[in-house]
Amino acid sequence: MAAVLSLSSGALRQRAHWTDRIAHATLLAVVAALVVFLALPLASILVKALQTSDGGFAGLANFTSYLASPSLLSSLWHSVWVSALVTLITLPLAFGFAYALSRSCMPFKGLFRTIALVPLLAPSLLSALSLIYWFGNQGIARGFIRSFGFETIYGAPGIVIAECFAVFPHALMILVTALSLADARLYEAAAALGTSTRRKFFTITLPGAKYGLISAALVSFTLVMTDFGIPKVIGGNFNMLATDVFKLVIGQQDFQRGAVVGLLLLTPAVLTFAIDWLVQRKQTSMLTARAVPYRPSPAPAFDASMTAYSILVSVSMLLMLGMAVFASFAAFWPYDLSLTLRHYTMGLVDAEVGDAFVNSLQLAAGTALFGTIIVFTGAYMLEKTRGLDALRPVVRLLAMLPMAVPGLVLGLGYIFFFNLPGNPLNGLYQTLPLLVLCTIVHFYTTGHLTAVTALKALDAEFESVSASLKVPFFKTFWRVTLPICTPTLLDIARYFFINAMTTISAVVFLYSPSTKVASIAILNLDEAGEAGAAAACAVLITGGSTLVTLLFIALGWWVDKRTQAWRNTSSH
Amino acid sequence: MADVSSSYLRLEGIRKSFGTFQALQDIDLTVERGEFVCFLGPSGCGKTTLLRIIAGLETQTAGRIHQAGRDISVLPPAQRDYGIVFQSYALFPNLTVADNVAYGLVNRKQPKAQIAQRVEELLKLVGLPGSGPKFPAQLSGGQQQRIALARALATSPGLLLLDEPLSALDAIVRVHLRQEIRSLQRKLGVTTIMVTHDQEEALSVADRIVVMNGGVIEQVGTPLQIYSEPATPFVADFIGKGNRLAAVAEGNGMLRCGHLLLPCPAGWGADLPAGAQVTLYLRPEDRVVEGLDGGHPHQCVGTVRHVEFLGGNCIAEMQVESLPDQPVHLQFSLNQMYDLNVREGAVLRFALRADRLRAFRRAG
Repeated sequence: MAAVLSLSSGALRQRAHWTDRIAHATLLAVVAALVVFLALPLASILVKALQTSDGGFAGLANFTSYLASPSLLSSLWHSVWVSALVTLITLPLAFGFAYALSRSCMPFKGLFRTIALVPLLAPSLLSALSLIYWFGNQGIARGFIRSFGFETIYGAPGIVIAECFAVFPHALMILVTALSLADARLYEAAAALGTSTRRKFFTITLPGAKYGLISAALVSFTLVMTDFGIPKVIGGNFNMLATDVFKLVIGQQDFQRGAVVGLLLLTPAVLTFAIDWLVQRKQTSMLTARAVPYRPSPAPAFDASMTAYSILVSVSMLLMLGMAVFASFAAFWPYDLSLTLRHYTMGLVDAEVGDAFVNSLQLAAGTALFGTIIVFTGAYMLEKTRGLDALRPVVRLLAMLPMAVPGLVLGLGYIFFFNLPGNPLNGLYQTLPLLVLCTIVHFYTTGHLTAVTALKALDAEFESVSASLKVPFFKTFWRVTLPICTPTLLDIARYFFINAMTTISAVVFLYSPSTKVASIAILNLDEAGEAGAAAACAVLITGGSTLVTLLFIALGWWVDKRTQAWRNTSSH
Repeated sequence: MADVSSSYLRLEGIRKSFGTFQALQDIDLTVERGEFVCFLGPSGCGKTTLLRIIAGLETQTAGRIHQAGRDISVLPPAQRDYGIVFQSYALFPNLTVADNVAYGLVNRKQPKAQIAQRVEELLKLVGLPGSGPKFPAQLSGGQQQRIALARALATSPGLLLLDEPLSALDAIVRVHLRQEIRSLQRKLGVTTIMVTHDQEEALSVADRIVVMNGGVIEQVGTPLQIYSEPATPFVADFIGKGNRLAAVAEGNGMLRCGHLLLPCPAGWGADLPAGAQVTLYLRPEDRVVEGLDGGHPHQCVGTVRHVEFLGGNCIAEMQVESLPDQPVHLQFSLNQMYDLNVREGAVLRFALRADRLRAFRRAG
């Protein structure tokens, strides 16, 4: 026996239990879904970029013809400098605000934080609509912009300002996290050595937040580079890559050049993602488990100036949001500013907005429900089951990939892949289920990482104990894992819901008249000159997202009461 | 080999490699029914890996495992027969203590009343009757580990696996709980394997100890054998305190250590060539200090250089005239410390117990 064993090549393999087979089948299903709805659409962009318009092999001809087109090259240049400028403006502003929130003793921190994060609940182009009401051709403060030497808000100035508002909360969240990860012992040691406040800032605070700053800069740059809504609304004749893709694909049906631009948009996003990933890994190793959290101590002058700054930022946020709300109620801008529900009733009665809003809610609910189920199941199978070792790195990669793929590029891939006449999934094209799937994939990574973090916090031996007690893993999943992770599930669902409500970039390629969602309706209304209705629609989305966020908070509170009693039991 | 087939658990040629790293090499081991065996070794020696292979939580690269006459080598954990307790307790935090203990019972579709009765019986067994409605977070670490033990024993498994069960606990709780585990194991007669890095723990509870190092078994034996007859220099170094002395073989069954001439340990070193390098291990308590007369062999005179006070006893570092440059540590009880006036600078007369010496030939 022993001789036979030593002669047989390869390691022993454990016999799979029937429960293991269920786990393997589920994991394979998740992989298959990610391949079909992520990898293949992306691959078809690459294929399309290398094809001639009649399907032959073009080599790099599409790329060279792109580089020979001065108008497209100028779009590339526009995209790069606008993204860089927005990053340069937003980063210090957001850093200051994050510093005030985490390192000062100013009052009303929760309120300031909430106000600064509100833009996340609105479609990004809301700020562009508001800017037009403020400084546009019929804006109430259009003289103000001229005094700065700008001829008009349309074009680059409008894009830059609107993007700053849209990107601010994203940068803020990253920087707040980076600044809260401070080790108080460093500051105590510095103080004991008689270090000046200024020197502490430059030798401890800034280096500590370095990775957060890099991360925030990369995220800002990519968000602006790939944003579609704002340049569409306020860009005028100022072309950028994101608007080019849309014009090439939808307007001119030039799929090949559209694919080339899509790849161009993908490149900085993938680079950003790679750098960010490396940086994040360093960040986690920086702070040890023994670090003592930093608590700011009151400093009246500093706190007062931080409060003043936060008020300034918050007020401009509110002015931005408030203008769209106000305009949506104004009877006939700018001639009759009496308040009316006309734009809402007209919009809702005029079937377009009403149906679009219902579509949005369906999209968001579907994304939240199925997205949470798929993401959590995938993460559980990945982290807590055994076997199929070769497949697991592939799943990890596929789950991280969506973060590097701008929505516009994903949507482009979906057109190329699902609109292919020979594709058996062709029937899905322009249907709500495909919109849901696309949105789930678009926002997969954040949900996945949230789920993985929660699952990793659970004892790694729960599954081992269950197996030794002959309890199948799915029973333990149902009785233990799910109840413990309910708050996480709610977080993931809320994230999916809000993003599905406000997203434009991916779905703009995939809707049909019957599946048009509200965020797309804003664009159409704006294009049709129905500015009031567009604002009303944006406000509806923001209101809906806010309401749902509040509902989720209430639900979370209720769930805590009902199922998390075991958490707060004190040891005796 | 005749009684091998009657052993409860038999490991044959177990190997485990992670890439090019050999975590376990050719492990052969038998465990008798009802025995309490400890896997003891420094971290990274492969003891936990071996336990997880027995549990089926890892799969050996090669080798066979038989349990109660059944070949379980490639069976998944759910088809093996054992209960397991981890260092982290791994109690389900959202379930009550009773639900935790009943976790494996519920799956067997027994009537509820019967399950409740069994749970209470188990809670009584581990000394926590009536704690069923509590949540794990309401219990102390030691109590939680008792619950984990009750959960592992609930289905009356043939084999109990304990993976460093006491390492996360306070020193006092630890000493207390290890004796409880031991007496519980005696009462139930369940074959038990415990992984530990704490030699005192292993010496105090095990029927047999398996000392492991670098993926191989160094020695298997009773606690007394492991302590007094270490089979390898590693075991001699790892278990207990000891003096390591360099010596040279004289070639006539005698060893020269400094100016001392000592006989080879019984049954060892008869064929040692003259000039062979040898390491001697001497426990600090293996010396004679009382009733010495001039005729006692291996007598030494030494000066106390330093005294380390350890509570009930002390360790004195001695500079010995007949062992130049080889300081010797000797252990004295507190009474001896006063009676013999053991303090820094004191001169003491003592004799080595040559019959307790262990010797190993040095390579090179």
